[in-house]
This record gives sequence, structure tokens and C-alpha cells, in this order.
Amino acid sequence: MEILKPAMAGTLESSDAQVTVEPGSDGIQLTLSSSVMNQYGRQIKATVLETLKRLEVTNAQVTVVDKGALDCTLKARVECAVFRSCGQSQANIPWGGAVR
Amino acid sequence: MIPRPRPERFRLRRTMMFMNAQKPGLIKDAYIYGCDSIMLDLEDAVAENQKDAARFSLYHALKTIDYGDTEVIVRINGLDTPHWQEDIRVCVAGGADGIRIAKCESAQDVKTVEAAVEAAEEEFGVEKGRTLLMAALESPKGILNAYEICSASERMFGVAISGGDFRKCMQTTPQPDGVDMLFARGQMLLAARAAGIQCFDTVFTNLDDQAGFEAEVLQNKAMGFDGKSLINPKQIRFVHQVFAPTEKEIIQAEKILRAYREQSVAGVGVFTVDGKMIDIAFIPGAERTLRLARACGRYEGDLV
Repeated sequence: MEILKPAMAGTLESSDAQVTVEPGSDGIQLTLSSSVMNQYGRQIKATVLETLKRLEVTNAQVTVVDKGALDCTLKARVECAVFRSCGQSQANIPWGGAVR
Repeated sequence: MIPRPRPERFRLRRTMMFMNAQKPGLIKDAYIYGCDSIMLDLEDAVAENQKDAARFSLYHALKTIDYGDTEVIVRINGLDTPHWQEDIRVCVAGGADGIRIAKCESAQDVKTVEAAVEAAEEEFGVEKGRTLLMAALESPKGILNAYEICSASERMFGVAISGGDFRKCMQTTPQPDGVDMLFARGQMLLAARAAGIQCFDTVFTNLDDQAGFEAEVLQNKAMGFDGKSLINPKQIRFVHQVFAPTEKEIIQAEKILRAYREQSVAGVGVFTVDGKMIDIAFIPGAERTLRLARACGRYEGDLV
């Protein structure tokens, strides 16, 4: 998917993460901050990149502010932000396909 | 991926706790409270501009979190919104046990949802008929059409009244004796029993009024409800206590079932237990008591 316009999903509440995606031209540029950076920083980064790869996002600026989200929440927020940036978040989501 | 077992149409549902599907902090450990069912909400708890986000969150929660024996129901948006079709797709794809139809007013509403569920089961390769349905009656029209709603589909396991909206329509407010919804509750119970499905009462929203809450739960039990919707885990324990059969009821049910088996072998249809007349009409009730007792960990025999 191509990031068409800036979009955001998630909140700054505990156990959540706020993900922002913006158009980019130089691969994935990920900026990550997390309340559990020392223990889980690497895993969060891997989950975010893996989710973007599954959605075939190749160029984007991605900002993640993590507040201790589980993997499943991170995935949900990244996906929602990407679908929102393409204006496709409301219907016909490929559940079990690219979203899984 | 957590494979959930095939949902049971008839199981113990004393407590159904509402949870906002958009809040990760709530849904990640909803099963620890021990309620019989959780109700992940895509409707009123989720702001209009977060409906999309709630579905992503719901999908991954359903696929990732092990809710164990807790039943997982999803409340979808009303049929008068642009959201309900995608809500159904995500529920079925995620493997929710059941769907609660908000603002249900007719058998046609149930059939409309059922058709969409069936299409989604087909689309996502889910066993046909797996996804159960229940209806929430929130308007006078819903209450008047209760029986046709309750009997509209083989997938229907229950019906619930939604007090907030209903009282608004009726121009009333919660009353200590429940007179505000007495008829509606009664009509819904009749319809549910006639259709052979379960019946659940509405939430009690004033968390500071424990006495009022307890009075309402006792009335629910006396009226014959199967369970109640809840908004806070602290309400669970009391409902489970009230809906659990008493020691006396368990002993009585055991005696009735034993006597019935002995007497029917001997060709006797009506007999007495502890001075009370018993015939076949008492058997389903006694069996239900023992099944409930077993679910509450209070009966280990082999009569049911």
C-alpha cells in the first residue's frame, strides 16, 4: 500500500500505542519511543516493520509512541494508520489476509 | 492464533460484561474477572471517528488473546448506521462466539444480520452456522415484536433489554421497584421462553448504589432471567451468588430426578417428594438446577 496522506491511530493511554504514518520516499523511516524501550524496544520495532511489510508499505515515515502495548495492539494501530492514510479503513478490510 | 471452540447455543450466561473494543487496556485481560461472557463493544462505547480503529483492535484481540472458557460476544452497530456490515465481517473473520444486534425491532432485522453473517462465514471459510446471535431490544417496537425476534433464527441464543434507550422512549427513569420496565421485562421473558431462548436483563449503571443493584438482581432472579449485563467487574460476584442454586434447591432437584427415574420404571407418572406433588413438568427445572449447580462447582453427581 502507498502512504498517500498523513494518518494516525491509537492513543497515549496505558497499554496502547499511537502510530503516525506520513508519505516518504526513502524506504521506511521509523521513529520509536516507548515506556518499555529497554526491555521491548527491539521486539516493538520488529513487530512494526513486519506489519508494514505485510501491508506492502515500502516508503513511509512512521512514528510510534508506545505506552506498553501488546503486539496485537501494535499491529492493530499500525494497520489502522496505514488504511486510514489510503482512505480505506472503513470497509472491505482483508481480515485474515494482509491483516492477520 | 488462538482457536476458539465451537460456541454453544445454550450455556451458562449469568453475567455479560461490557468492554470497549477500542481500549486495549480493557480487552487484553477481560477474562480474568470470571464473568461468563464478555461483550466487546463496537457500538456506543466507541466514538464515531474510531469505529475503524476499534475493528482492527477487536480482530487482533480475538485472534491473539486466550479468553479461555469466557464467551466472547461482540455488540455491533445498529442497522441504521454505515458500520454494521464491516462489523459483521470482522466478528466472523476473528471468530467471535456471537453477535449482539443493537436496537433490534423486528424478525427482519435478525434475518438481515443472519444473511450478512452467512455471507461472511462463506467469505472467511468459517463453519456455516458457527456464529451465534442475540438481540437487544431497546425500543417499544422491539418489545412488542419480541416473540418474532426471539424465534427469527436458529442462531438466536438470547435476548436482552437495553434499559437506557428503552426508558428514554417510555419517558421514564429507573425506579427502585422496577415498575418502569416491569411490563417490558415480563413481555420479553414470555417471548424468550416461548421461543426457547435465554433472556438477560439490562445494566445497572449507578455503581455507588450497591443496595439498588442488589435489589434489581434479586428481582431479575425472581422474574426468571438467565443473567444480567454488567458494566463493572465488581458487580459480577453478587450476580453469581444470586443466580447460583441454593443447597436446598440442589438437594430437592436431586431427589426429584432420582424419584422420577425410579417411578417411571415402575410405570408411575405422578408421585410425591417430601409431601409435594411431582410429575414430568418438574423435570426440566430440576435438571436445569443441577446443570447450574455443576457450572457453579456445587454438584458433582451424574444425574445431568
